Amino acid sequence: MVGLSFGAVAVASGAPLWLPVLLSVVVFAGASQFVFVALITAGSSPLVAALTGTVLNARMVPLGMGVADVVPRTGWRRLVAAHLLTDESAAFTLPRRDPEERRAAFWLTGVLLFALWNLGVLVGAGLGGTVLASVDPADLGLDAAFPAVLLALLVPALRTRADRRTAVAGAAVAVAAVPVLPVGLPAVAAVLGVVAGRARRRDGDGGAP
Amino acid sequence: MTWGTEHWVGLGVLAIATFALRLLGPWLAARVGGGARAENTDALLAGLAVAVLAGLVVTQALFDGREAAGWARPVGVVVAGVLVWRRAPFLAVVLAAAATTALLRLLGLP
Repeated sequence: MVGLSFGAVAVASGAPLWLPVLLSVVVFAGASQFVFVALITAGSSPLVAALTGTVLNARMVPLGMGVADVVPRTGWRRLVAAHLLTDESAAFTLPRRDPEERRAAFWLTGVLLFALWNLGVLVGAGLGGTVLASVDPADLGLDAAFPAVLLALLVPALRTRADRRTAVAGAAVAVAAVPVLPVGLPAVAAVLGVVAGRARRRDGDGGAP
Repeated sequence: MTWGTEHWVGLGVLAIATFALRLLGPWLAARVGGGARAENTDALLAGLAVAVLAGLVVTQALFDGREAAGWARPVGVVVAGVLVWRRAPFLAVVLAAAATTALLRLLGLP
């Protein structure tokens, strides 16, 4: 469903038909794909869009550390396994103890998700290119779809008070940065929100910019 | 939109950086071990993602570049927020946001 929406919204917002499909194969990380397309269709620099997407994918490092035992040591299998690392494949692997079960869970989730995600995006891009192509994206309210998707990805990640503070601080920094930074960068500046969230947790108060 | 060389560069950077981050985890684990250290890093990096996503949501909801985006879009995003909070399915959230904004524009709101 997420893949389907990604393909449809991306193409309907003016991205070329092949772009969401290619991104899904070579990047294969939902939130960063959405962000990349949303920023470049909104006219921000592609390099800034790539940077923002990369920051979102920094989580791959601890996830990869957690499931390192199921990633083969050498060879092309190591590269394939690394590419199949996602929140989902890690989430299905991490709670299991038995090495054989962990390996099976990782590969099964990884391969299945890769197939379904790309199929969804392909169908979505097709829909976006045919059904929605003749209408102005603004008339369809598609510009609200991107932030809505990001919100749907954000809210489940707000588990603790510190998370919520980080989110509020990040949002505030980004809005404050809009008049001063080039388009697309304010959201990157939001990383300062992390400082606010952490500093406050340590001192009990203050520390927010 | 027009697709140019700088877009290919951006796409390449995102793809390569993401793949490098995916390889970095297992590589680090082999050298410094996973466990508690991974959990600490995870908390920090999850915080990064939260901050950037929140920044993106508000800037994309409220602005077109540096111009205010009008009312229809932010209201659509607020509707999405309520639905997310009520744990509505993903597709319903996206469709409701777009439909709300489309309807408000149809009624003449910018």
